[in-house]
Amino acid sequence: MNEDILTLAVVTGILTSAIRLATPYLFAAVGEAFAQTSGVVNLGVDGIMLVGAFAAFYVTLQTGNVWLGALVAILVGLLMGLLMSFISVTLKAEQGISGIGLYMFGLGLSSLLFKLLVGTVQTVEGFRAVKIPLLGDIPVIGAIFFQHSIPVYAAFLLVPLAWWFLEKTTWGLKIKAVGQNPAAADSLGVSVDKVRYFSVCLGSALAGLAGASLSTALVNLFQENLTAGLGFIAVALVYFGGWKPVGILAGALLFSAVNAFQLWMQVLGANISSDVAVMLPYLLTIAALVFATNRVRQPAALNKPFERGEN
Amino acid sequence: MTLPEPKQKHIQRIEMRDIVKRFPGVVANNKVNLQINAGEVHALLGENGAGKSTLMRQLYGLYRPDEGQILVNDKPQVFHSPADAILAGIGMIHQHFMLVPTLSVAENVALGLQSSHEPLLDLQNVSQRIEKLSQAYGLKVEPDAYIWQLSVGEQQRVEIIKALYRGAGIIILDEPTAVLTPQEVNDLFVTLKRMTSEGHGLVFISHKLHEVMAISDQVTVLRDGQSMGTRPAKGVTRDEMVKMMVGREVKPLAPQPVQTGEVCLQISGLRAAGDRETEALRGVDLNVHAGEILGVAGVSGNGQRELAQCLAGLRKVTGGRILLNGQDITQASLQERMAAGQSYIPEERMRDGAIREFSVQENLFLRDHAASAFTNGIFLHFARMAARTREVIQQYSIKAPSAETPIKNLSGGNIQKLIMARELSRQPKALIAAQPTRGVDIGATEYIHQRLLEQRANGTAILLISEDLDEIRTLSDRVAVMYEGQMMGILSRDEASVETIGLMMAGVAAT
Repeated sequence: MNEDILTLAVVTGILTSAIRLATPYLFAAVGEAFAQTSGVVNLGVDGIMLVGAFAAFYVTLQTGNVWLGALVAILVGLLMGLLMSFISVTLKAEQGISGIGLYMFGLGLSSLLFKLLVGTVQTVEGFRAVKIPLLGDIPVIGAIFFQHSIPVYAAFLLVPLAWWFLEKTTWGLKIKAVGQNPAAADSLGVSVDKVRYFSVCLGSALAGLAGASLSTALVNLFQENLTAGLGFIAVALVYFGGWKPVGILAGALLFSAVNAFQLWMQVLGANISSDVAVMLPYLLTIAALVFATNRVRQPAALNKPFERGEN
Repeated sequence: MTLPEPKQKHIQRIEMRDIVKRFPGVVANNKVNLQINAGEVHALLGENGAGKSTLMRQLYGLYRPDEGQILVNDKPQVFHSPADAILAGIGMIHQHFMLVPTLSVAENVALGLQSSHEPLLDLQNVSQRIEKLSQAYGLKVEPDAYIWQLSVGEQQRVEIIKALYRGAGIIILDEPTAVLTPQEVNDLFVTLKRMTSEGHGLVFISHKLHEVMAISDQVTVLRDGQSMGTRPAKGVTRDEMVKMMVGREVKPLAPQPVQTGEVCLQISGLRAAGDRETEALRGVDLNVHAGEILGVAGVSGNGQRELAQCLAGLRKVTGGRILLNGQDITQASLQERMAAGQSYIPEERMRDGAIREFSVQENLFLRDHAASAFTNGIFLHFARMAARTREVIQQYSIKAPSAETPIKNLSGGNIQKLIMARELSRQPKALIAAQPTRGVDIGATEYIHQRLLEQRANGTAILLISEDLDEIRTLSDRVAVMYEGQMMGILSRDEASVETIGLMMAGVAAT
């Protein structure tokens, strides 16, 4: 390997990419954290992201309005969230299986619509970078943190917002209670089903937005299986982050940094097989999960449908 | 639904009229009438499965009655959910506490209520009101503490505060004393008295007669889903109540002294980890003699479960030794323990003691299916097994339609008799009996107790682990009290008064 491969420019480039690439992880994983905190594992995140990514891409392609594209992606995510909640909360189906079903549905639907409506890979003009006045002019730091597009900033703002919502509001309290002891919440007149619908739908809307950020802020194109399993990593990040937004932030940054590193190494022609490089984030997922198991307490009612009067 | 910031609601009277509730295959409540008045403790007495909790769950909006009416202050009401019942001024303290362990006391109290700063939580305001209530009713709680840090007694106080905070006029307490030490029971009764003097009406669900006699003004007895009538507590004797509950007279047991033999089960310095990676057993020393019942008392969660599991070979022992008639079985397999003559009646009979879907016969042979008497080479000898099953059903008076009936259709008492039959027919030298009568009706309890005494007379060393102090005191020749993974001390039959045991259960050493 070249001695001076890691120049300041390259390091800046890697870190800038890392911040950018963290965006879809953050939206999707924080969204999934809402669902899981209420006791529902939604494994369909990747499918929702794919449909959201396609919706945002297609609307932007047709109208030229990225904002409208993002909004449609959120709505589509919400609809898929309704479907997931109906299956797992109302029908009380096994959550893991319904989530995988939802993923396959999203994968198939987005591929089908892409073939029918678009056909060939083409780019759109996505969200433009917005340089933040003053902060954006700081050397190095400015380039790394303050010259991104709106979705990137939004994803990072979501972290404190999600924390505030879960810790400081009456709704956050209900979500946590329903995920830990649904019978207790029920006995105090809290509707367990309603809270779970809300949390799963909120999480799915964010997954839709995660997809939109991928197709209209990061790569500005759509192709079949654009996410390549990113949604599953987001689910893993929730475990890794111990169901806490700040933990998820740390995890997302770790993954995006590894990803940015391997991308830059490939660009620079470092002597690593690209297949190995692409595997890195996934290997890291497995390693991180092994390391993270048992480390924190997960919602006690995770994966358990609630039925009154079973004790 | 978010409930509004509560005010104290006054309920003069609640009437439940001709309540009928059916579940598949059973009538849980059959035309039950109940009247609850302000300022009174109304005891709801009955055996397990008599329909007490079902009745109260309807009053709290968790179930809808199939027939009948609920009247609050003479006005008919229909409760679709607990939220409706709470709004009407009804509170319920469930037997299994309805608390979220990872949240604080204040958060648990605030859950589901409208905050003064919607959508923001206002925990400071909540904490202040909790403190006011805690002073007014003598319920000591720390609003900022997390539930998982609290003792069972403290958790119960949080539950009561939760109901009071919501302005409950009538409060239902479902078996509130089951998890408390005798001293904690006394404290609870003081609180309950204070609540009635403040005008609250209380429903006290219990199957413990002396508690009912001590605290109640009215007693309603339920049996098999039907009300056996309501009486003022002053005018009823203990025997009358038992007769109403069971339908016949039950004579108290009076065990005859038995000559105890050599030390049979010898436990020294036993250590083991609990489920939460803390040490559950911290050096337990016990000797059980042949022909002796050694009772182990203690508040639930002080290591009793882990002790039973270590002795049975189901939990890893990290230190110390277990000897059975001189043979070291500390690390022995379950097979070796059985061969050495040890039997085990597990605490969780449906989880560890029997298989729900299996028949009476299959469950009976879970342990000894490989015994030569019932096998033919590698094949089971079904004819002999069936004959043996019929014999056992007779001998242990197990009420089962047939040997082929899946045991999930049997009552708790009959399942326990079946497990007893399986374990005792092996003529064990040592018997570990963990909570042998928990959730079992009075008739079966009486029977199980007699069998245990019979076994003692036959020279078996019996370690009886129980949270029921009456059971411990009736049966045991000596009583060991367990606290935080150690034995606080061992009392002889004469020393084992409720007060002494109670103090030791709370961690106060005997003087």
